[in-house]
Amino acid sequence: MTDGALLRGRELAVWRGEHCLFEQLHFDLGPEQLALLVGPNGSGKTTLLRILAGLALPTSGGVTWKGIAVHELAPEDRADVAYRGHLEALKRDLTVAENLAFHASLWGRKTKFDAILAELKLDKAAHMRARNLSAGQRRRVSLAMLRLSGAKLWLLDEPTTNLDSEGRALLVAWTREHVAGGGIAVVATHQPDEFATRGALMIELQ
Amino acid sequence: MKLPRWFHQLGSPPYVYRLAERLSPWLGGLGCGLLAVGTVWGLVIAPPDYQQDEVYRIIYIHPQTAYVGMMAYVIMAVAAGVGFVWRVKLAHAAAVSAAPIGAWFTFCALCTGAIWGKPTWGTYWQWGDPRIMFEALLLFLFLGYLALRGAFDDRDKADRVTAILAVVGVVNVPIVHYSVEWWNSLHQTSTLLSEGGPAMTSDMLIPFLIMFAGFTLAFSWLLLRRLQAEIIEREGNARWIRELAVEGAP
Amino acid sequence: MSAFHAVFARDLRVAFRRWSELAHPLIFFLIVVALFPLALSPTTQQLREVGTGVLWVAALLSSLLSLDGLFRSDADDGSLEQLLLSPAPMTITVLAKVAAHALVTLLPLICLVPVTAWSYNMPSAALPTMALALLLAAPTLSVFIALGAALTVGLRRGGSIVGLLVLPLTGPLLIFGTRATDLSINGEPPTAPLLFLAALAVLAVSLGPVAIAAAVKVGLE
Repeated sequence: MTDGALLRGRELAVWRGEHCLFEQLHFDLGPEQLALLVGPNGSGKTTLLRILAGLALPTSGGVTWKGIAVHELAPEDRADVAYRGHLEALKRDLTVAENLAFHASLWGRKTKFDAILAELKLDKAAHMRARNLSAGQRRRVSLAMLRLSGAKLWLLDEPTTNLDSEGRALLVAWTREHVAGGGIAVVATHQPDEFATRGALMIELQ
Repeated sequence: MKLPRWFHQLGSPPYVYRLAERLSPWLGGLGCGLLAVGTVWGLVIAPPDYQQDEVYRIIYIHPQTAYVGMMAYVIMAVAAGVGFVWRVKLAHAAAVSAAPIGAWFTFCALCTGAIWGKPTWGTYWQWGDPRIMFEALLLFLFLGYLALRGAFDDRDKADRVTAILAVVGVVNVPIVHYSVEWWNSLHQTSTLLSEGGPAMTSDMLIPFLIMFAGFTLAFSWLLLRRLQAEIIEREGNARWIRELAVEGAP
Repeated sequence: MSAFHAVFARDLRVAFRRWSELAHPLIFFLIVVALFPLALSPTTQQLREVGTGVLWVAALLSSLLSLDGLFRSDADDGSLEQLLLSPAPMTITVLAKVAAHALVTLLPLICLVPVTAWSYNMPSAALPTMALALLLAAPTLSVFIALGAALTVGLRRGGSIVGLLVLPLTGPLLIFGTRATDLSINGEPPTAPLLFLAALAVLAVSLGPVAIAAAVKVGLE
């Protein structure tokens, strides 16, 4: 099992001044694995996800993707990783379609996103400026970007925020589909039961 | 990359602190001694210049402070660069220590230059002169570095962001040095490093060099002292510091 | 190459959707240019003498107003993180953003300068040189401004300190730009300062994005 691991965390520790968020964190994640990150507010879930994405550095320890440190990944390898955080990365003055088209070309994806928008019930909103969307709609666009990226590793920080029950069900289904198809997903959530499947790894931060 | 042992030792705060503690008195004593000798020699004993008479005596202070200021910047940039690439906290501490000292020396260079300029060129300050301009830019780079540091709450982030500024700005140091050769300037070209040996008689050259050595040693002493203070601040409650405090107690 | 085009086009599109904001630096420039004669009460000859310097400094100060559009708005909505994480090399992304910024902010300013130069009684023979000097200085200026913006992107309130960092760096640009203009006013060929500005531009554009990308990465850590 560990031989096929793609995402490895070793001796991860994060200290904020004198305060230790977490330490001695180890894990191995391979294809078809889902990891659920749980813990109270302020326990370091966002920090850990950012470290996994290579955006932040741990105080000690390291994370590797396919053997390479995540913050040193070559640009081409970065296509493997999709990170969706609290901010949706939407330019407010551009339309939904323009935002998605930009994201697609940045990730080198030629996929048409009309089908994705339809699935998310956003097809009518495709030509609305992002500033005019509701919080839930913006979150759905973020999901569209996720689906569009074609990445192998999904790093999701409380992705169900602002979503109605329909949206949440769709997200859970997509995550399961992604994992079943050979992908890896690490999801920080306050409702692990929604996502939990057999064999899901629980990482609990205090 | 396999690094030599001394490199690793230099990354250890207690080791560097103790090394600084041992070296400082020598550097300080020798430096100040040389400065005292050089000052007396230059101001009193050395003969007056045939062109500039007594005023030229600033040559025993002005070039030296300018040179130390530039050296301080290079030290700051190299230390910051090392800290950035190899993540050595102590290197960042060294960069932070060098900055204010370098700023002061550069400021002194500009002031002594102005004092020299008035009787020699008729003006305290010449805005278009390349060397003056780039030396002023050096002072602003020091000040910008310190200002940017102060703006960050997180010290590690401050270290890493200002390291980029320090490294980018190091380009200015050779520009200051070569500005007299590249452009028409009120400044004269280098007296010491010109072809055919120094263009100065030995009774002026010796105090000139003594002051160079004196200022360099004094700067090193100041740098090590500041570095010690910076180490204590960063290491905070570490056991080796508490042991040191106990040792020093009567 | 496609990433450059995507980022460049997006930044232009975003800028033009808020086109009223594009006008702010231009209005600021005109106000500063108008304030100087009010403060100095100069004669025609004096106006001509200070013209070069005043216009250059006013252009420099005005260009600082557009800072936020470079990185801060992207940092605020999470786009900057995604740019860092995307398969596009950050140096290319940065180059595209700097190019878009130069086009949208500096080019209109440069177009305004000849008009205002005429109001400062500067000889029209010198205007092409002034415009050329500004065009050559623009890439370097954009890189310096972007560097200042990148270094402060991690700060909550970065505004005032950027001027402190960027303006001293623009000193050499000022020296050579005004020297070129003055040479041209006196009827002499301004080739030397112009060549220097061009060399600076090449250096800045090739090396700048590396430092800027590093600063952005560290700033978001």
